[in-house]
Amino acid sequence: MSKYSVSEQGFYGRFGGAWVPEMLYPNVENLRQNYLKILASDEFQTTYTSLMKDYVGRPTPLTYSQKLSDLYHAHIYLKREDLAHTGAHKINNAIGQVIMAKMMGKDRIIAETGAGQHGVATATACALLDVKCVVYMGALDIERQAPNVARMKMLGAEVVAATSGNCTLKDATNEALRDWISNPEDTFYVIGSVVGPHPYPDLVARLQSIISQETRLQLKEHTGSELPNYVVACIGGGSNAAGSFYHFLDDESVNLVAVEAAGLGLDSGETAASIARGTEGIIHGSRTMLMQTDDGQITEPYSISAGLDYPGVGPLHSYLHSCGRATVLSATDQEALDAARLLTRSEGIIPALESAHALAALPKLSFRPDDVVAVTVSGRGDKDMQTYMNRLM
Amino acid sequence: MNRIDNLFAQKDGLLSIYFTAGYPQIDDTRRILLGLEKAGVDFVEIGMPFSDPLADGPVIQRASLDALNNGMCVKRLIDQLDGVRSEVQMPIILMGYINPVLHYGFEKFVSDIKACGVDGLIIPDLPWDEYLNTYKPLLDAANIRFIPLIAPQTPDERMRQIDQDAQGFIYMVASAGITGNIKTSEDYRTRYFERVRSLGLRNKRMIGFGVKDSAGFAHACRHASGAIIGTAFVRHVKEYGTDEKSIAQFISSIKGA
Repeated sequence: MSKYSVSEQGFYGRFGGAWVPEMLYPNVENLRQNYLKILASDEFQTTYTSLMKDYVGRPTPLTYSQKLSDLYHAHIYLKREDLAHTGAHKINNAIGQVIMAKMMGKDRIIAETGAGQHGVATATACALLDVKCVVYMGALDIERQAPNVARMKMLGAEVVAATSGNCTLKDATNEALRDWISNPEDTFYVIGSVVGPHPYPDLVARLQSIISQETRLQLKEHTGSELPNYVVACIGGGSNAAGSFYHFLDDESVNLVAVEAAGLGLDSGETAASIARGTEGIIHGSRTMLMQTDDGQITEPYSISAGLDYPGVGPLHSYLHSCGRATVLSATDQEALDAARLLTRSEGIIPALESAHALAALPKLSFRPDDVVAVTVSGRGDKDMQTYMNRLM
Repeated sequence: MNRIDNLFAQKDGLLSIYFTAGYPQIDDTRRILLGLEKAGVDFVEIGMPFSDPLADGPVIQRASLDALNNGMCVKRLIDQLDGVRSEVQMPIILMGYINPVLHYGFEKFVSDIKACGVDGLIIPDLPWDEYLNTYKPLLDAANIRFIPLIAPQTPDERMRQIDQDAQGFIYMVASAGITGNIKTSEDYRTRYFERVRSLGLRNKRMIGFGVKDSAGFAHACRHASGAIIGTAFVRHVKEYGTDEKSIAQFISSIKGA
């Protein structure tokens, strides 16, 4: 048992827990009692492993970037989650949770989505595994992310507009939780990040841990050692970072670097950097760092990247930061855009705006020439072309 | 003795009303309290607005956001309740979400609401076990009742567990749902009410979430000590205002026949 593992009560240090109304307690408790058993079962493992390989296209490559290595004077490797089916790491989690839902006898799936990547991944898993799918999405995000809305609909999902609050991810999450409260019997809530009440942060981290499991083996092939000096990933809720860090948590020689979205700047008031600029509180069932007012009202974050635009962060990350295990940096909109252009022009890889935040942190780290750095490219940039065209061309 | 305990020891067929503090106008709190007491309501729940009220439906969420925009916050509500006991005798319960309370400071919160004469607290997203392990001693010392919720999906065994440590009363969520949800059929509700009754719990029960009119109130009174009405009242004050007459009209429409 690692000292970074979640406790039986669902805590990472003082962060985490399951702060849910009694109406959700039976559902959350049922999942808590079953998720580890199901994850360990042959039935789950066989299905998950074969779908990851033959359907998602795993293992995703670990690409050595000669040009970034020359530029930053270190050995830079890119973990290519952009090459996973549906274009991002989100599918690793969605398929796992939909298999689990079916094993628990649930035949209706609900999910929340911001940019639409988790919604598309969940709709994909539901199409493949023949389950009804309802995706909650903020009304504003539905307007901003039309191509992903179209994909979800084509995949057979019902997309429900969340019209409360500011009509974004936070509100979509509230609506999904309400749906779950109202439909406790047949419905499974597929949460898209390492957020929400226990056991979700741990469940999602475990399903995304396939990223670091592969990175270790691939690094061994490339460099002769499983251990890099740095692992770098972006964090909004923090699922790709959790997956990228997971199998390195106990290797204290590996520097774990999480990169938040600074938006217009950490002190601009327009930021999504929950760890750097947030305070401790409780959001969506979990105690963690979050953006809030002096009265404890949760505020709307800002980032150019819709996938990092969440007012909280997974409790694991709050914990890794508080105990010094992870370094938390941030990148502004402009730094992310510049990093996206750089990767595109130097390697022919158009990264998602989220992933571009991780790349933007590279010049902020001081590497030694021998350092091996694994950066997670969590998704591809197809969905961001409108923004790239407006801002970069 | 606590005012809630007194009330439940004396009476059945209780009507409790929920309203959102700071709504429709920021300074309506005192006026609504006086109007409700005069209209013969047995006790009240004052909602402390929150940006992300998971357990509430669209009407109360909207009212909460309006209240926040009006400038309502925990401190302001406590200021408004300062001295309320010179005018209002019925039990007062505060209902809100855990984050603003923790942000205010739980200990300070308890001591401040005790000073105002608040009798109970409902925080849907403070889990029962967390309450028992961490917060119960403080509330007990202040003689403030923490009111637990149970729902149709709550297993019998857990209902019994909650009942064992509960004081004041138990809040029965009538529908599998959120406040203002009335989709659940009457049959389903009756079966649930009967199931709870058959457990022989030691605490009295109030039924809420989805009770909106005199028929719902009467039905609830047959199966528990009474009912809590929120959404329908919030809607009423939005439309007809918070003056004494408007409030009296609403209450008599519920108690009515």
